[in-house]
Amino acid sequence: MATVTVQLFASYAELLGAPAVELPLTPGTTVKDLLYRIRALPGASSLPSAPRVAVNRSFAASDQLIEPSDEIALIPPVAGG
Amino acid sequence: MRRVSILTGEIDPASLINEVSSPQYGAISLFVGTVREVNEGRSVSAIEYSAYKSMATAELQRILDEAEGRFEVSALVVEHRIGLLGLGDVSIAIVAAHPHRAPALDCTRYVIEEIKKRVPIWKKEHYTDGTREWVDPTRAAQPSGA
Repeated sequence: MATVTVQLFASYAELLGAPAVELPLTPGTTVKDLLYRIRALPGASSLPSAPRVAVNRSFAASDQLIEPSDEIALIPPVAGG
Repeated sequence: MRRVSILTGEIDPASLINEVSSPQYGAISLFVGTVREVNEGRSVSAIEYSAYKSMATAELQRILDEAEGRFEVSALVVEHRIGLLGLGDVSIAIVAAHPHRAPALDCTRYVIEEIKKRVPIWKKEHYTDGTREWVDPTRAAQPSGA
């Protein structure tokens, strides 16, 4: 089965205890579906209800389809500057 | 001249001014963000900045594209530092040059406000009591510091 790697940063990496997680990817998986799967992981219950997701270095809508080659990341609340 | 950089070394705002300086410009606007000693009443000793560097660079480029379209400012440089910064250290510098002051000033303001909303950079504050915490601007209203 195809998989996809989800990069984690800052507070989210601490919550899940890893800089990235690998998840199975079925055809037709959307950003929203992926978030549902991430929520089942240990430590993920403390994530906000709708964390921002980036696909290929751009913020993605919840209905965007995920491809195995996509670069996926969960983006905690940003605080640059 | 347009450039964005996420770096671990010190930022030298004066060199950024030199970088955009040209006789065609009558105005250079510089914004410098530094590490403040108090945040929300807590005494800060340092701030640890981290980034999703490839996306942060891409998002900064997009912000500069928008800024150029809005303000016709094509001389625009942004440097953001990551790593452990001490009190008073420069965390960000934005410089914009234009023939006239209003577009230059509006441009730097636009760029810093968009960075605060969209660029995947995070900071963990270190407090003088030894505790550390990720800054989450969405959690509660915070003073709009740099």
